This record gives sequence, C-alpha cells and structure tokens, in this order.
Amino acid sequence: MWIRLVNVITLLLLALTLPALAQEPSAVNTPKHKPLAEDGLHDPSLPAIEILQEPGEVLGALPSTTSGNMVDWNKAVRDGYIQPRATLEEQGEVETLDLDIYFPNTAGADVVRFPHREHTEWLDCSNCHPFPFAEKAGATPVSMLQILMGEYCGRCHGAVSFPLTECSRCHSVSYEEYRKIREQQEN
Amino acid sequence: MKNTARSVNNRKIETWQPRRGWLVTATTTLALLLVLAPLASAEYGDVVINRIAEQEGAPPVIFPHWFHRIRFRCNVCHTELDFEMRVGANNINMDALQQGKYCGACHNNEIAWGLQNCIMCHSGKEGLKPQIKGGHQTSGPGRW
Repeated sequence: MWIRLVNVITLLLLALTLPALAQEPSAVNTPKHKPLAEDGLHDPSLPAIEILQEPGEVLGALPSTTSGNMVDWNKAVRDGYIQPRATLEEQGEVETLDLDIYFPNTAGADVVRFPHREHTEWLDCSNCHPFPFAEKAGATPVSMLQILMGEYCGRCHGAVSFPLTECSRCHSVSYEEYRKIREQQEN
Repeated sequence: MKNTARSVNNRKIETWQPRRGWLVTATTTLALLLVLAPLASAEYGDVVINRIAEQEGAPPVIFPHWFHRIRFRCNVCHTELDFEMRVGANNINMDALQQGKYCGACHNNEIAWGLQNCIMCHSGKEGLKPQIKGGHQTSGPGRW
C-alpha cells in the first residue's frame, strides 16, 4: 500500500522534474556566470549595470574548475593567464615557500595536505601566522566544525577560496601514502 | 514440487520488494534534489558592504572579489590595506576612503577610478544585508 503511495509521489515529482530536465540543453548554452543584472545583488535599474565588467567576459577565459568562481586560480597564476600584483605600488616579487604540512588526525577521512606553495602565491605569512595558525605544526586545534563555522581554513575556503564541498582537494593523501612520507622524512 | 517452486518464487519476491523500495526512495530523492537544486546566483566571493551605506542614504556596495583577485594578490588588501578577513569587521566609511584608507588606496583616479564615481560601487539592491556569497554561507551553518 505505502509503496503505491510512494510511487504516486515519485511520479508526481518526476512530472515536476521533467520540464527542468527538458530545459537542460539550453542550460548548457547559458553561461556559467550570471549577468550582473540577474545576480540578485546588483540593482539593474542603477546605471552601473551598463558599465561594470561582466564576470562571464573574463572568468570564462581562465582555466576552469567545477566550483566557486569555476576558475582554477592557481593554474591561472602559474600558467600566466593573470599576473596579479604582489604589492600595491608595483609588480613586486612573490616569495613562495615550498613546504607541505600534513594533518593526520582526520577521524578516518584522508589525511589533509596543506601546500604552503599555493598559499604563499597569494598570501603573506602574516595573514595566517601567528593568528589563526601557530607556526608549529599540530599546535593549533583545527576541527571541521570550526572550519564550517568560518574559522581557520574556513575564513577563506567557503567564502572566496574554493568551497568546503571540495573535500578531496584538502583530504588528498591516503594513510598508506602518509606513512611512506613520514618514513622518508624520518630517514 | 509446485509448492516448493511457488515458495521459492515468493521468497524471491520477498527479497526483491525491499530493493524496489530502495529504488523508489533513490528516485524520489533524486527527483527532489533536481527540483530543489539551487539556481546559480551572484558570483562566488561577492561581498555586500552595507554596514552604514543605506543609513547614510546610498545604495549598498557590491564588492566583486573575482574582479580584484585577477589584478591583485590577496595580501595586497588583506595585509597592506588592513582589510580584516571578515565581513562587517572593517570600519569602511567615506571619510576613511578619502584619507586614502581601504578602497581609497587605489580608487583615487591613479590606480583605479576615483571616489567621485559613487554609482560604480554603490550599485546594490535596496535592503541587502552585509554578507559574502560563499559555499557554507548560503547552505550551511556559516557565521557570515
């Protein structure tokens, strides 16, 4: 009896869904980036809408990912698609640090590898040290809940840097690999 | 023999029906997800600056992170210009900007358009709350 009820609900939902699916081809043609006039923030009746740069004009030409701005910002910098200034006044020199930090206490999820290199491409040491992260690995008690609440990594990830739905971009090293890395470091 | 065959059949049906139930549940969930799938909205990282803008009679400011990070690394604003990485934590006001602080460090007709171009930044819809468009902010327990 209840199965029939569920079936009816399913069919009803499918009927609601099908028009959306029928629109899929046009959805593919529509740009990944909403025009400013339709983004829910800009007031289309104000004159800026005619003058401001549209995100789709620029972001579509950069290396793509599937989340956030749909842009692989690290690749965009590495491969020279963009040359963002390192200081306000001039181009400046970017000082990067090639040091990986591992977070092994992940309650069963893959180990987190934090690459200093990609982060120092964009940020200054003082943006993260000594607050919110102490300079000693393991000294700061980071938890996923706090990150989701906008602390630690969540100050940027989930707001500007790639979102927190991209689990495997941080939880990227299996315990097996991590053990090997530790052995190499100890030898 | 017939009885045995039937009982085997019945058993098959018994084991098969729960699976069908799962299939139905899965389809329902999928259909629900498709119906409720959030539509694309503002660009990721867009900030609404409206701590005092509307109180002072100007539309809210929309700050596009994507536009600025193409041209500047994060540390330029978040170290050199002292922008705290937290929406609402910065005391942004036109007096400070005119003294060359915050946005005023670049928006001075030298690096970028000057502060007399009010409408370029004050371009937001009426009544927007200070916020940042992000992943956990729109669908999770974010604190923005």
